[in-house]
Amino acid sequence: MSWVNAIIQGVLLGGLYALFACGLSLMFGVMKVINLAHGDLAVVAGYVAVGVIAVTHIPTVWSFVLVVPVMAVLGYVLQRTLIQASLNRGLLTPLLVTFGLSVVIENGLLQFFSANSHSLNIGSLVSDSISVGSQISIAYLLLVIFVVAVVVLLGLQYFLSVSRQGRLIRAVADDREAAQLAGADYRHVFGIAAAIAFATVALAGIAFGMYSSFDPTIGTDQLLLFAFAAVVIGGLGSLWGTLAGGIILGVAQQIGAQINSADQILAGYLIFLLVLLIRPQGLTGARTPS
Amino acid sequence: MPTDHDRPLLEVRELTVHHGQLCALSDVSLRVFPGEVYAIIGANGAGKSTLLRAIVGLDRPTSGSVLFDGADVTPQRTERRVAAGIGMVPEGRRLFPSLTVEENLLVGSSYARQGPWTVERVYELFGWMRERRTQRATQLSGGEQQAVAIARALVANPRLLLLDELSLGLAPVVVRRIYGLLPELLAGGVTILLVEQDVSQALRVASSIHCLLEGRTTLEGPPGDLTPERIEDAYFGLTASKDGATPHPGTPR
Amino acid sequence: MSAVTAAAASAAQETTVRVTRSRRPAGWLVLIAVAAIAVLGYLPYVVYSGTTDQLVNVFILLTMASMWNLLAGYAGLVSVGQQAFIGLGAYFVLIAAQHGMNPFAALPVAALGCGAIGLVVWWLVSRLRGGYFAIATWVVASACALVISRFASLGGGTGAPLPGLSGLSPTLLTAYTYWIALAVTVVTLAAVYLIMRGRLGLVLTAVRDDEVGARSIGARVWRARQLVFVVAAVGCGAAGALLIISQLNVEPTAAFSVQWSAEMIFATIIGGIGTIEGPIIGTVVFFVLQQTLSQYNAWYLIILGLVAIAIALWAPRGLWGLVAEPAHVRLFPVGYWLWPADEPGPQRRRLGGLLRGKRQARDASAAPRRSRQ
Repeated sequence: MSWVNAIIQGVLLGGLYALFACGLSLMFGVMKVINLAHGDLAVVAGYVAVGVIAVTHIPTVWSFVLVVPVMAVLGYVLQRTLIQASLNRGLLTPLLVTFGLSVVIENGLLQFFSANSHSLNIGSLVSDSISVGSQISIAYLLLVIFVVAVVVLLGLQYFLSVSRQGRLIRAVADDREAAQLAGADYRHVFGIAAAIAFATVALAGIAFGMYSSFDPTIGTDQLLLFAFAAVVIGGLGSLWGTLAGGIILGVAQQIGAQINSADQILAGYLIFLLVLLIRPQGLTGARTPS
Repeated sequence: MPTDHDRPLLEVRELTVHHGQLCALSDVSLRVFPGEVYAIIGANGAGKSTLLRAIVGLDRPTSGSVLFDGADVTPQRTERRVAAGIGMVPEGRRLFPSLTVEENLLVGSSYARQGPWTVERVYELFGWMRERRTQRATQLSGGEQQAVAIARALVANPRLLLLDELSLGLAPVVVRRIYGLLPELLAGGVTILLVEQDVSQALRVASSIHCLLEGRTTLEGPPGDLTPERIEDAYFGLTASKDGATPHPGTPR
Repeated sequence: MSAVTAAAASAAQETTVRVTRSRRPAGWLVLIAVAAIAVLGYLPYVVYSGTTDQLVNVFILLTMASMWNLLAGYAGLVSVGQQAFIGLGAYFVLIAAQHGMNPFAALPVAALGCGAIGLVVWWLVSRLRGGYFAIATWVVASACALVISRFASLGGGTGAPLPGLSGLSPTLLTAYTYWIALAVTVVTLAAVYLIMRGRLGLVLTAVRDDEVGARSIGARVWRARQLVFVVAAVGCGAAGALLIISQLNVEPTAAFSVQWSAEMIFATIIGGIGTIEGPIIGTVVFFVLQQTLSQYNAWYLIILGLVAIAIALWAPRGLWGLVAEPAHVRLFPVGYWLWPADEPGPQRRRLGGLLRGKRQARDASAAPRRSRQ
């Protein structure tokens, strides 16, 4: 029974990882940039939430109303400045610049917030759970996060396939010059895509802050790698693949934790490396990464 | 839009473009008047595509300028020039592969100017396109893709349409059908500047011919004034125009 | 970067050219290098151990940065996982010492062991490029740290002290450590220099300038990259071995920290990626900044990160590029200089050799795009 429980926990945790991953996937799909600062930005969102709650005293659950727009604007600005500048300078530069950004953010957070861990207090919600039978309990919070993740992915899918702006984003991702010939300012479209990616990162960061405590180093130590693993396992270019990737990662971690509590994270990495080895295009992707 | 027929819609002045160290275009000048079909001919690597890309702003010139409707657009980005009324069907069609036919057209009309062309009007012209509008653009045949590429440029209602190698990779019968569209476009008030490797095709449709060889203008004029021998010389550069026909660069017609 | 092809283009115009390795006879450079090594080697007799300890850290960083430069600057492989080999190098020394081996003797063994592991890791990541490669190597490093900390005999998550050196007097230990570190650095720099001077260097230069073109003429790209990856694993393993010897203990989180990647990447970018001199300059700048800002905690990494971002964007040849390029100075002449035979002055161009002629036309068009990178 504990195994079933572990798998259920893993699936729900997968929703959180998918939430982390979809922004990374979007930015790679559209700008061909792997943002190495992605995990740190989620942590930034967590700290922004801490600050927003401290200043405005709004309920923790509603902090996203302020944090998401702040992060979206930050995403647009960063894309139009540093990331766009790095895009014009060859293949390696975006990696170097986003890695530099990651180190700057992490140490900036260390400097201003110390290495102590924080969390977003949501009272009893964090421990409330639904019991099914005697051994299976489903944490409310994880369930809510999973639902949020699915809603975000659905919304993103709908936005990209139906709206004018979503269509432009896909067009620019396909062929930047052809989109320019249609009158689109691809830099602005990139900015919009980054804003959306950062908005999802903000949600993921807040959700993570409610689920667990966080400190400045967790962005690079875990979150970036988890997000990337979910993207790779699921396959690029497919939001549902990303959800599947997140779930597989989550389940692998929970099963690893069942075997030995110290093996939780390692099990996730091993699944990731296994997928890289046997199917580098991911479970749903057809294209090979290049 | 009332435009004085004495004033060129597009004027290129002494345009030089480098691809790195390689000089792709050297000192090329031309003037395209409203209602014209202006054809640029030349062999592979003559700089034809570079010229079109520089006109629309995808390639940056080293020197020289591009004037559209009397205004200098040289410093402007592509999207500004598109907004001003320059449209382009790029070489190789460049449809958005992950978008459907209709989505390709909708992207084309995202920043459309006022004018006669709409997605609906395109569907009236090409009945099959409406039927296949939900298909991926990549599932179409080469000729169909070319039609969609033209339609995608048309729905923005350009005043000047740049057509790069429409016939590339298409069967002759398809090429004829595509070129059969030109009168329809001209009737809608579009001026056309096209690039063509097939000289006879260009001579059939064009009111002006401009021949490039290794990035330089070798011949320019209305097709009626040019003998096949002179065109051949200019196209291949075999002889240095021994009959004294050394027009250009930049000679006004 | 594109100077290769620029020179090829100009070579086509000149009727006769002379090709030399360096603009001036390189003999005096060898003398300077030998003198510098001699002076550095003599230091333990004249300075306090605090200074040599600091220099050991400089040497460790310089070794790592040179290896990362070889990976990213020459082979185009942006690894963010070199800390895997730093940690493994340290732990290999620990394991050997626990079995009674002298830690100094264990250093080359640990380095070669890292080379073997590097071969396995390469098999895992060799198909990946760009960001995929970066994060995959990073995950490998994290996985290594997690595996190592499972072994109670190696101190688990809290680490272990290094046995086997308690017999030496502190003075001698400091001096030996310093000399070994100096030796590792000299060997590393010499290895990079020889690699880039040899056939492999030509292949790497060709790949960097135009991967498809290099493949099409049969350059063995995959093998060249494999060799570079293994060499970098050996070098970083040696750096890790130095680390445990100089600190006399090891702790998994610190040994496998991504901060090592940050330091080697920043030092290389700031100094100048794609040159042998770059990591040297960058390491010096890094340490000066680190010492200056040491009382401000994390600030030194923030400032170094910002400087590295700025340099990556606006001065991609780094400080060395800013200084050396206008002056045409090269301490390690790995390229070629092209001289018109009838003119005494040097052409302002460097020739990377190998592929010219065949690739001339396409390169001429592709070159400047790259030179701006």
